[in-house]
Amino acid sequence: MAERIFTRNFDRADSHTLAAYRAGGGYEALRKAIAMGPEAVAAEVKKSNLRGLGGAGFPTGTKWGFVPKQRSGPVYLVVNADEGEPGTFKDRYLLERDPHALIEGMLIAAYAIGCETSFIYIRGEYVRPWRIFSDAVGEAEAAGFVGTNILGAGFQHRIVVHRGAGAYICGEEMGLISSLEGKKGWPKVKPPFPAIKGAFGQPTVVNNVETLCALPPIIARGGEWFAGIGTKSQGGTRMYSVSGHVVRPGVYELPVSATLRELIYEHAGGVGAGRVLKAVVPGGSSAAILTAAEIDVAMDVDGLRNAGTMAGSAGVIVMDETTCIPEALYVVARFYAHESCGQCTPCRECTGWIYKICGRILAGKGVPQDPDTIVDVAKRGIGTTICAFYDGAIGPYISYVEKFRSEFDYHIAHGACDVRPGQPGAGRAAP
Amino acid sequence: MSAVAFSAAHLQEVRRLQALYPERRAALLPVLRLAQETFGHISPEVETYVAGLFDLSPAHVHEVVTFYTLFFQEPVGRHVLAVCHNLTCSLLGAEDVLAHLEERLGIEAGETTPDGRVTLFRVECLCACEIAPMMQVDDDFVGPLTRERIDDVLESLR
Ligand SMILES: Cc1cc2nc3c(=O)[nH]c(=O)nc-3n(C[C@H](O)[C@H](O)[C@H](O)COP(=O)(O)O)c2cc1C
Ligand code: SF4
Ligand code: FES
Repeated sequence: MAERIFTRNFDRADSHTLAAYRAGGGYEALRKAIAMGPEAVAAEVKKSNLRGLGGAGFPTGTKWGFVPKQRSGPVYLVVNADEGEPGTFKDRYLLERDPHALIEGMLIAAYAIGCETSFIYIRGEYVRPWRIFSDAVGEAEAAGFVGTNILGAGFQHRIVVHRGAGAYICGEEMGLISSLEGKKGWPKVKPPFPAIKGAFGQPTVVNNVETLCALPPIIARGGEWFAGIGTKSQGGTRMYSVSGHVVRPGVYELPVSATLRELIYEHAGGVGAGRVLKAVVPGGSSAAILTAAEIDVAMDVDGLRNAGTMAGSAGVIVMDETTCIPEALYVVARFYAHESCGQCTPCRECTGWIYKICGRILAGKGVPQDPDTIVDVAKRGIGTTICAFYDGAIGPYISYVEKFRSEFDYHIAHGACDVRPGQPGAGRAAP
Repeated sequence: MSAVAFSAAHLQEVRRLQALYPERRAALLPVLRLAQETFGHISPEVETYVAGLFDLSPAHVHEVVTFYTLFFQEPVGRHVLAVCHNLTCSLLGAEDVLAHLEERLGIEAGETTPDGRVTLFRVECLCACEIAPMMQVDDDFVGPLTRERIDDVLESLR
């Protein structure tokens, strides 16, 4: 098995404590970063080929570079811990099992971009992760890693822990900023990008939890080392959240060059004896679905993009032959209809309309043109919306219908399911 | 109707929260959370009271409260069960979990038992899909759920 970077400390029962983190060399990367100076830190991150692990896959070093060098006000770091993409749970593991790695990563990023105050936006439902992370911040403050004159180097930093209140759209960076400012979480038109005008009107870097957790190892061991692990265009390993019809659901850390097949069969135990794989959603529910024949693909950003889907949040949802795809799309469409913030007419109307069509197909009231209508309606909104939420929604709409068309047609023709006869619309029985 | 007001200690906490941010208003979500913990739910009176603490209009606070699922505008039970009905949980039996809970509690999702013990919600992915099918029981994530496990949870709620 390849070396573990993000999950290196997870096996210790006390991995969330400062003592355990320091025993593994914790906060030494911060010391090294401060000795290097901000420009050298940023250069190392560029060299590492680290790409944002929150969903968009944007190169982290490049993003930091957008922060204006000449400025009169503060720069903020906003940590996206609003994990909400269906099928994803890796940030929760990091908050609970290695909070100091995140804190050290935040400090390194803050040092590199010249930031004295960071905000971490933790999803409201994450109570235990919030408690553990907040305790870790307290420990780091008491030990002098967070506060004034950190490591005697004149660097100061303050961490504000902020809790969300339940809204998927607050994971989108501009929605998150609006929510942090005490408003409803409505995304805003970009540009201006947050690096120019973000939280409280100031230049802001928004980074995902896992992205920041990559920084201490990158600084400790060098950007080239990290870049050498992945593919040409993306460095490192990442944490894959695997769920659904697999023998061993959970978080697996693998180089981004690993294939979906390796992940599912060598690590997650496959779909189970006597079951046949049907489909895989590789990057959270907003990623287009792949059929069982399409899983020999590397899971880096470009590998999955070339396969017509996306790496997204690396939430891998596995479906075996007992899955009714129209029903799965109904569940997904309900989610997008519910979570659209309603600001853009195409997004609000199309998500609602498609949810309705999926509902009538499952209820046995579909009409033959419904599958085409789903695809047509989905395409109507492309490129007309404020944020990428809608682009995420059309990933499943179009791919489920195009790749599993016959299942939709069967439902419409027979008013019943060919996958699980006799139980249209019902989920699989609980064990 | 009892007047809505924070204790002196809570007012101090409100000021501490407001001072954490470059703009006071950023403390609105944390203060609303505190208000909900204190008053049980966010009634129109609570909205008006909180608006006063921020020099915001009650309409603005209302708009914020209604945007987020974790702010309750109606009273809830002593315990809140939030069952995930998103993709992975659905693949692994979320509808059976819901049916079993609705039967045992004698209510539908969105309702509270007449004795005020439990409120049942359907929610979207709680990002604990590795323990699907799952639900949030007050602060904690519980799963994978079986009938027995659900019955044990119900047993433990007073
Ligand atoms: C609808 C939507 C939901 C998102 N949800 C999350 C999320 O839960 N967590 C996250 O880190 N990024 C999420 N993102 C991506 C963020 O907008 C942003 O790209 C990311 O936080 C940047 O950090 P990174 O560059 O380190 O990945 C979401 C984007 C969209 C469009
Ligand atoms: S695309 Fe959808 S979620 Fe994004 S801003 Fe528009 S309405 Fe809101
Ligand atoms: S689908 Fe239920 S927790 Fe993710």
